[in-house]
Amino acid sequence: MADVPVHVTVNGRSRAETVEPRVTLADFLRDRCRLTGTHLGCEHGVCGACTVLVDGTAVRSCLMFAVQADGADVTTIEGVASPDGDLSAVQAAFRDCHGLQCGFCTPGFVMSATAFLRDHPSPTDEEIRDALAGTLCRCTGYQGILRAVRQAADAARGGEQS
Amino acid sequence: MKPAPFEYHAPDTIVAAASLLGELGEDAKVLAGGQSLVPMLALRLAVFEHLIDVGRIAELQGIERRDGALWVGAGTTQASLEVSTDVMSTVPLLAMVTPLIGHFQIRNRGTVGGSIAHADPAAEYPAVALTLDATMQVVSAQGTRTIAARDFFDGLWTTTMQADELLVGVSFPIWDGRRGFAVEEFARRQGDFAIAGATVGVVLDDADRVRRCAIGLIGLGSTPERAAQAEGEVTGRAIAEIDPDAVGRLAMAGLESVPDDLHGSGEFRTRVGAAMVARAWTTASAEARRG
Repeated sequence: MADVPVHVTVNGRSRAETVEPRVTLADFLRDRCRLTGTHLGCEHGVCGACTVLVDGTAVRSCLMFAVQADGADVTTIEGVASPDGDLSAVQAAFRDCHGLQCGFCTPGFVMSATAFLRDHPSPTDEEIRDALAGTLCRCTGYQGILRAVRQAADAARGGEQS
Repeated sequence: MKPAPFEYHAPDTIVAAASLLGELGEDAKVLAGGQSLVPMLALRLAVFEHLIDVGRIAELQGIERRDGALWVGAGTTQASLEVSTDVMSTVPLLAMVTPLIGHFQIRNRGTVGGSIAHADPAAEYPAVALTLDATMQVVSAQGTRTIAARDFFDGLWTTTMQADELLVGVSFPIWDGRRGFAVEEFARRQGDFAIAGATVGVVLDDADRVRRCAIGLIGLGSTPERAAQAEGEVTGRAIAEIDPDAVGRLAMAGLESVPDDLHGSGEFRTRVGAAMVARAWTTASAEARRG
């Protein structure tokens, strides 16, 4: 089985590798790019822990082969904070609201919430619940996560209360 | 890295993809958005020597009106349908079911053609295609043919497409007049496949009689189903005299392969299905009456 070239931009940095076609984007990011912030929970598209942004859209990186991302711009959890280490608004809200317990699912939640709030800057609580439904927290710490996304949305709109 | 090894092909035209399919036949599988196929590969429920990635074929993308119907390219993502005002105004049922497909991260990758070619009896787009009498346009090295939805779904995850054929587009008829549409599903968790569901389309005449209707059933057979008997019973009748619960009960008549598993017995699913039809009928007919 022939290996294939993959050229992607990950968190602003260009990466060119040759991989087996069956290597998922998640494994590519973790094993080739050594960006282990992208977590693999179920590896078949159910848990959402491996969510990353591909050309700006949130996708499950375990359900995409790295070769399918050839030419794409990928953002992982490592690319969310500013280069000087300041947390993004979503990350800061997760910290403030105790939006994580063991932290395993957190990268997926942060990536999904980041894309969701960009596309829906004034979400209702119901829309937030809907957007978070595709990611599982096995600590069941959902209330803190909901509060965090609510706070991040409100903060982005200048502290205005919904 | 869980899937078994495979050879990867990424043609950039329909002709090239059809040629590859003709050459590789049963050993090849088309990879579109991968939201159903990749889990099956990861679990090794399916193993293929070749994957033909159609995600780079620009001709498979698009939503446009053609000959009184809405043509949707097979490679169009579910997320693009979700935000298309053209879809909402011409084929509202397609817009209504889209948010019920998985989660937004899935819809960002999942495609219309992938969903229909995968032919899951509990999936939304196959049911909509059957409800609206859509036609599938398929291409092989031998040429192009169209397949009516009623002839397309052949069994669980099985269609009447041949191994060398590629689904390139789906044509959804645009219903005119005083029309109403609705979808109802019952699932244990948001984003799950429904235990049972129903899609309904109704068109009323000026005297509030049912001029046309279609009732699609989700998750109640080995393919999506149409409740033909119920449709026949209500067509021509005054909408005010039709009891939605009776429509629901009648819609369950004649179902032969209702799934019976850990998620729900056949009897339970049938009761849920009747309730979903009744609710969808109520919503769709109220909308049509306002039209």
